[in-house]
Amino acid sequence: MRLEYFQMIDRITALDVPGGRIATACQVPEQSPVFEGHFPGYAVMPGVLLIETMAQTGGWLVLATLQCAKMPFLMQVEKAKMRSFVVPGQALVVEASLLHEGSGYAVVKASISVEGKKVTDAEIRYGVVPFPNDTLQAAMLETARRIGLPEEFLPKGHTNGA
Amino acid sequence: MASTYETVAGIISDTCDIEPDKITPDSHAINDLGIDSLDFLDVAFAIDKAFGIKMPLEQWTQDVNAGKVTTDEYFVLKNLCANIDKLVAAKV
Repeated sequence: MRLEYFQMIDRITALDVPGGRIATACQVPEQSPVFEGHFPGYAVMPGVLLIETMAQTGGWLVLATLQCAKMPFLMQVEKAKMRSFVVPGQALVVEASLLHEGSGYAVVKASISVEGKKVTDAEIRYGVVPFPNDTLQAAMLETARRIGLPEEFLPKGHTNGA
Repeated sequence: MASTYETVAGIISDTCDIEPDKITPDSHAINDLGIDSLDFLDVAFAIDKAFGIKMPLEQWTQDVNAGKVTTDEYFVLKNLCANIDKLVAAKV
């Protein structure tokens, strides 16, 4: 995880598009400027970044489902619960399942676990729209390769490094 | 069994916190009831779930933007319900 760049996902560890499920691994860094302010002398992963981590994980499930043809933007977070503190150095297992793929929107249920214990969960809703520009789409495809999205879920005709 | 309109009106009332007596078959979801896009996302999700359908919102938006129909076709509740009934019938 590179918190200050909003790079929350280290890698996709499981992906079952027909079954509507995904899992990702995210290593909370030992040090980050984020922890200098949150909180001084008592570093705790901000809840909003845990929500962002779940949103990105679910977002990759939506992207894979649509073969990266459209972009899911976070629109709504429901029933978010921060059950335990997450601290520097912890390894997060993030899971998301697709509750509904609507027309122009999608809904997932997501959770984060540390050492088998659920620490955060929420229902997350996205507006799903065409990519607003080529720059964002190219950046997303580059990230897809970095985190290990299988090639079959990239747009047809997309080649590695294109 | 509740009618399509009763179900949809109930969803709108619950989701958007609108008094049931302010909702009529002739209400326009946006112009009369003031439902914004975020609330409409909730309504759409609830309708999709309740009826087991996928309302083609993107196609409807394209139709409106292309001038083929007015928003009344999809946002006046009696028309919305007629469209839902068509989608439900098409499932079978």
